[in-house]
Amino acid sequence: MHVLPYLVAAYLFLTGCYGLATSRNLIHAVGCLAVCQSATYVLLLAVGYRDGGTAPVFSDIRPGSRPVVDPVVQALTLTDIVVGATVTALLLALVLQIAKRHGTVDPDELRELRG
Amino acid sequence: MNRLRLWLLAVGGAGLAVLLVAACLDLPDFGGDRHPYGDRAVHASLLRHTANTVASVNFDQRAYDTLGEMSILFAAVLGCVVLLRQARDEHRAPPEPAEVARPVRRYALLVLPVALVTGLYVIAHGQLSPGGGFQGGVVAATALHLLYLGADYGALERVRPLGLYETTDALAVSAYLVLGLAPVLAGTAFLANTLLPYGTFDTLSSGGTVPLLNAAIGMEVASAAVVLLAHFLDQAVEIEEEHGS
Repeated sequence: MHVLPYLVAAYLFLTGCYGLATSRNLIHAVGCLAVCQSATYVLLLAVGYRDGGTAPVFSDIRPGSRPVVDPVVQALTLTDIVVGATVTALLLALVLQIAKRHGTVDPDELRELRG
Repeated sequence: MNRLRLWLLAVGGAGLAVLLVAACLDLPDFGGDRHPYGDRAVHASLLRHTANTVASVNFDQRAYDTLGEMSILFAAVLGCVVLLRQARDEHRAPPEPAEVARPVRRYALLVLPVALVTGLYVIAHGQLSPGGGFQGGVVAATALHLLYLGADYGALERVRPLGLYETTDALAVSAYLVLGLAPVLAGTAFLANTLLPYGTFDTLSSGGTVPLLNAAIGMEVASAAVVLLAHFLDQAVEIEEEHGS
């Protein structure tokens, strides 16, 4: 099964999309967005994997003695996680304000309020 | 309306799923041996005596990218501070001191210093072992919040003068910029890792400017997380709507 990790990423992304589209609660929707984003972590790490590889850190292994996984995608994943966390924080702050101003976190009710 | 939406979602989702699976089947095999960028990144990292290649990628080879990442974090914290400010029709009520179960209190106060030191250790060894400014910063910031679990909100507020953390956040961002500009004044490129000696491989001072940029990021992430959590906690604990308005 040499495509399974990629398929897991696709599955995670689609699950998150389904949750986003059918969500009845904005906090739940923010969680679904985080699921979508975790698909990108899985995809990035899967792309960078090398059979029998270990972490690309040479404080305890001699350089060249073992294959290491791709450090570039690991750094990209780190960026991805940081951006994901900030987006989540900002969205949750927005949800808090919406809940205060409109008294609801159901996106469908919000549409009716806005006319 | 709702059925229409579900149908649209099903059609779109099925189409996307087919495309994604087709793309997956066409990707290079999982675990393959060809990683040209990875090999070059490892080579460059070893040339500059940085044991943790991921730190080398983040703070040396793609340091400019990390500048953008840091700016995103800074802007998001700024946005949250603005969004979660105290509105005109709200007031602050000092929270009541709450009873904490004794085992919880003991455990939280026991783990707090350990967690804080772990966070600082992870920041300091970013260029040597897995971890770095981002990871260690979050650990250190959340360690402080064990005080909220173990004691109460008032105790947390006493060890957390918010103004200080906001200033630290801004200072850390400036420190990163200044570290980036220093090589420009010395005649090389922005954020180029050429100013400092690369040091002995696998020691704390190895890697040129990598440990310094790493420390700046650690400071920034720790104070940003504290400020962010403070504003969310303020909303939950302190800020209340005016009654009868």
